[in-house]
Amino acid sequence: MNIQFRESSEAASPLTAKTAIADCDIHPARATRTELYPYLAKRWQHHLEVYGVHAYQGMMEGPPYPKAQPNASRRDAYPPEGGPQGSSLSFMQKQLLDPNNVQLGVLNPLNTGQGIRNHELSAALCSAINDWQIDKWTSRDKRLKASIVVGNEDGLSAAAEIRERAGDKNFVQVLLLSRNVEPLGQRRYWPIYQAAEEAGLPIGVHAFGFGGNPITPSGWPSYYIEEMVGHSQCQQSALASLVLEGVFERFPKLKMVMIEAGFGWAPSLAWRLDKVWQRLRSEVPHVKRPPSEYIREQVWWTTQPMEDPERREDLFDVINWIGWDRLLFATDYPHWDYDEPSRVLPAGVSEANREAFYLGNARALYGIG
Amino acid sequence: MARHVIAPVDELPPGTRKFLEIDGRPIAVFNIKGEYFGLMNRCPHQGAALCEGPLIGLAQSRDPGEIEYTKLGEIIRCPWHGWEFDIRTGQSYCDPRRFRVKAYPANVEPGSSVVKGPYVAETVTVRVESDYVVVEL
Repeated sequence: MNIQFRESSEAASPLTAKTAIADCDIHPARATRTELYPYLAKRWQHHLEVYGVHAYQGMMEGPPYPKAQPNASRRDAYPPEGGPQGSSLSFMQKQLLDPNNVQLGVLNPLNTGQGIRNHELSAALCSAINDWQIDKWTSRDKRLKASIVVGNEDGLSAAAEIRERAGDKNFVQVLLLSRNVEPLGQRRYWPIYQAAEEAGLPIGVHAFGFGGNPITPSGWPSYYIEEMVGHSQCQQSALASLVLEGVFERFPKLKMVMIEAGFGWAPSLAWRLDKVWQRLRSEVPHVKRPPSEYIREQVWWTTQPMEDPERREDLFDVINWIGWDRLLFATDYPHWDYDEPSRVLPAGVSEANREAFYLGNARALYGIG
Repeated sequence: MARHVIAPVDELPPGTRKFLEIDGRPIAVFNIKGEYFGLMNRCPHQGAALCEGPLIGLAQSRDPGEIEYTKLGEIIRCPWHGWEFDIRTGQSYCDPRRFRVKAYPANVEPGSSVVKGPYVAETVTVRVESDYVVVEL
């Protein structure tokens, strides 16, 4: 057995060209607590310093730090200049956008101004976040597009924020969260849907939220792992509410994107809804068609967390039901449950479907290029 | 199988690890309480730089409410999805049949054996009086 010394690693293989992708769920973070102050009126800066934020639930940030990895984020995603994961544009470019050939990245900021009891403060924080998204992100990298964050519990001020941003090419959707004070189909949220439909903007419903309700319908769970699976239960309730309250009927051009809660459950939820609707239709006569029809026509799904069944045929069965034109690839960067673009889609997918999955569907939905 | 000189032992004290690339492969070498272990620095799940994660112990339970925490500092936890691997063997604890990270034997060789032969050290200055960490792959 010979001993040899390390050879130079300079001869590393050149970067191979990667398939162009859209990443439909990126989480930008604030580098400091006061980073939003330049976008907040002095009155609200003062309010935050003196009174703080009253949320609908005690744990404003959700269950405690660090959630599986620090800040629920990849351990390798700390920017070299300091600050939390996701707070540096240059590092995001280096770690995510450039190496993965991301052509379109949709920003979904969390921990913003949503779910705050003081509705004026909520609206001010959301507006500040939207200004900050332009200043710090979308104006500095044309691949990035922002979501309009709105004070979700006050439908009227939320609609006003959407109308103010409508037509601004920095924004491609409106962002809601799945956990709200009431299920998302209820009337208090309708002004949001009306404004979004008028503006031609999809509504993204991201898992999580601060509505004060437990993540599961059975109460607060003991473990983080229950919270992780609870996101899909939560989105199922939100989607059922949207269908059964008649939101899709009332706003037929509205497009919804279910973000970060999986999609494997979509067919069974739709089958169940169709079955009970056949029996109980007269309770909800405003739901004029089988629920599955609204879902297939008006709902899109981001992929992360991508389902990973043992048999890839099971995955393809689900996607075939949903439609290869309805999935939007997402990494969830910088969060720890990140999906690596080159590893998530099994072999055996046609070139056309791959292209739609990784880029085409997102471009069509968000009207980019 | 060839052996590669990684570092003088005093540059890799207990509790530290060293990342390097050998023959195009990303490798990490650990010193755990004076024992040396080499692992492929790539998670077999989705390809993260596995060895940049924290070294933890192994939590096991025979019954709900009973938790046994062993192998302290011998389990590497992936910085992305938290998959756990035994650094001694590369074994995965969540799916040992399908996933294993490649482990490489690492040990210490005296300088007198390392300097023999027409070899050139690029990153490690070799002296006869030192001992060196050597990894096999």
